[in-house]
Amino acid sequence: MAIPGWKRHDMTALPLKKLEAWRYTDLTPLAEINFSEAGLGVAPAALPDLGLPRAVFINGRYSHASTLPMPEFSPVHETGDLPLAQINAESAQAGLTIDVPDGVDAGAILLVSHASGEAPFAVHLRHRIHLGRGASLTIIDIAKGDGLYWHNPVMDIRLEAGAKLAHYRLQDESRAAFGLATIRAHIEAGAAYEHFSAIIGARLSRTEIHATLMGEEAAAHLNAVQLLNREQHGDFTTVVAHRAPCCASRQTVKSVLSGLARGVFQGRIEVDRIAQKTDGYQMSQALLLSEHAEMDIKPELKIYADDVKCSHGATIGALDEDQVFYLRSRGIPEAQARALLIRAFLDDALSAVRHVQARALFEAAIDTWWVSQ
Amino acid sequence: MLEIKNLHARIGDKEILKGVNLTVPDGEIHAIMGPNGAGKSTLSYVLSGRDGYEVTQGEVFYNSQDVLALAPEDRAAAGIFLAFQYPVELPGVGNANFLRTAVNAVRRKRGEAEMDAVAFLKVARAAIKNLSMKEDFLKRNVNVGFSGGEKKRNEMLQMALLQPGLAILDETDSGLDIDALKIVADGVNALRSARFAALVITHYQRLLDYIVPDVVHVLVGGRIIRSGSAALALELEAHGYTGLEAA
Ligand SMILES: Nc1ncnc2c1ncn2[C@@H]1O[C@H](COP(=O)(O)OP(=O)(O)OP(=O)(O)O)[C@@H](O)[C@H]1O
Ligand SMILES: [Mg+2]
Repeated sequence: MAIPGWKRHDMTALPLKKLEAWRYTDLTPLAEINFSEAGLGVAPAALPDLGLPRAVFINGRYSHASTLPMPEFSPVHETGDLPLAQINAESAQAGLTIDVPDGVDAGAILLVSHASGEAPFAVHLRHRIHLGRGASLTIIDIAKGDGLYWHNPVMDIRLEAGAKLAHYRLQDESRAAFGLATIRAHIEAGAAYEHFSAIIGARLSRTEIHATLMGEEAAAHLNAVQLLNREQHGDFTTVVAHRAPCCASRQTVKSVLSGLARGVFQGRIEVDRIAQKTDGYQMSQALLLSEHAEMDIKPELKIYADDVKCSHGATIGALDEDQVFYLRSRGIPEAQARALLIRAFLDDALSAVRHVQARALFEAAIDTWWVSQ
Repeated sequence: MLEIKNLHARIGDKEILKGVNLTVPDGEIHAIMGPNGAGKSTLSYVLSGRDGYEVTQGEVFYNSQDVLALAPEDRAAAGIFLAFQYPVELPGVGNANFLRTAVNAVRRKRGEAEMDAVAFLKVARAAIKNLSMKEDFLKRNVNVGFSGGEKKRNEMLQMALLQPGLAILDETDSGLDIDALKIVADGVNALRSARFAALVITHYQRLLDYIVPDVVHVLVGGRIIRSGSAALALELEAHGYTGLEAA
């Protein structure tokens, strides 16, 4: 069954490594694959539920497993200059569209994207989230699948003054898949975007977030944990633009890498001349569990205001063997001791996840990751 | 009973223990004194199985088990407990979670039923009270931001909960105020029984006023050069180690 409007991908439009923003992530393996259109796909027997209203996309199509009404989908007019968003714009046929009216607390919803199929295929979802003044919403966003596919979702977020969006994302794509997610958040005065990503799946992934703080006292929290093993490549790239005074941004990124895994964190903070009293904090820490794992960290501060507080830091290290021994000397088996210390390492990023169900989801994903080691 | 026979151990190329012989029968408490760098902590680490020490000669048995063949966690399950000279901080690990994980790991290995959170909390609270510790210690991260004395008390809390058959206290008295010293001594004395033995490493005779040892050993240069009754500690306090080394 052909999807109307489906076009063969123009792989020459992919960003290349020679672009500064793509220095550490090479999309050549993706460019070499001939992606065809997605088949209908099958909903897995157990879709994440959590007892919340949910929107489910199977191979890029809205599924009847959803409990939220099917959103209207209007054509995409891409105005940005991000190559992946442009590719997405050419192919996107569906996505979650949510508009929370002023002052409404819309509670929490679950957004599931599942992909499965035989031949390599691509899924380009375009989600649009708009929260009116003082509105609030929590989105628990889960990306999963089986087989070789390319998931290239774009989420555009607009938060009017005083709105609060908590966005918890579990990237648990198939280990053969490419997961390239682009999130753009436009945040007005007093509004807050809180993002947490657990990056666990995909052969190659990039989660790229652009948060623009447009009004006074707007806030963005962009936290992530990356757990990668074997030959996985995971990239968490953020650009926070402080375009108004008295805004705050906070980032805690923790990466745990084993095997031949490679992790990337690029964090750019731009502070405009008018953005006085900016409060920016960024911390990236990596734990390497094997001598072959690699982490690249690139913080970048571009500050044009003079009265700002911006700090950033980065550490890369191994598990502390004295700590491992201390635990073992108390009877805790070695594997459990290491798991406990890795969980402890992730703690300051995870503790930012206040939502109980989201937190439990991440805890379970981390446990499963550890057990699969 | 702990039996150490002709134990030689080295770190890298450096031999630290040069033939330690020591037997601690059940029911007894032995003190080890000796100058800085003598190898006291090294002995305690070799007994508890820390990496980085190579045993080149000798053997260690605890209740007829070959200790050196066991992983550290199995030594703990067998009943060996080391109170560290420098307890390790574990940021991100809650003390209560740590203690319960340890207690249950040991119980599992000993074939006992695990304790649920509620049962554990009851036991832990009682132990905390005995040690005159504040209850918020359970909520804090393991040893993080604890004062020197608080860390030592936390070691004693772990000992009380793990109920070892052999406790090795490596300078647990260093950095303790007088009240805390008594509390630690009470903690050790409370475990005293026909099935409990302890090796108390200390620089100060004062602790031995409260934990009266059956035997005092003097470790110098990686060997036990003298053993004697509690009175030996008084002698050391008065004259130091210099005269002994020649002996
Ligand atoms: N990792 C190491 N590498 C090299 N030498 C070491 C190492 N650890 C300990 N040593 C050396 O081994 C010797 C014994 O150290 P140990 O800590 O056992 O002494 P100690 O008797 O406990 O001293 P103290 O009374 O000061 O605690 C010292 O000379 C010390 O410098
Ligand atoms: Mg010592």
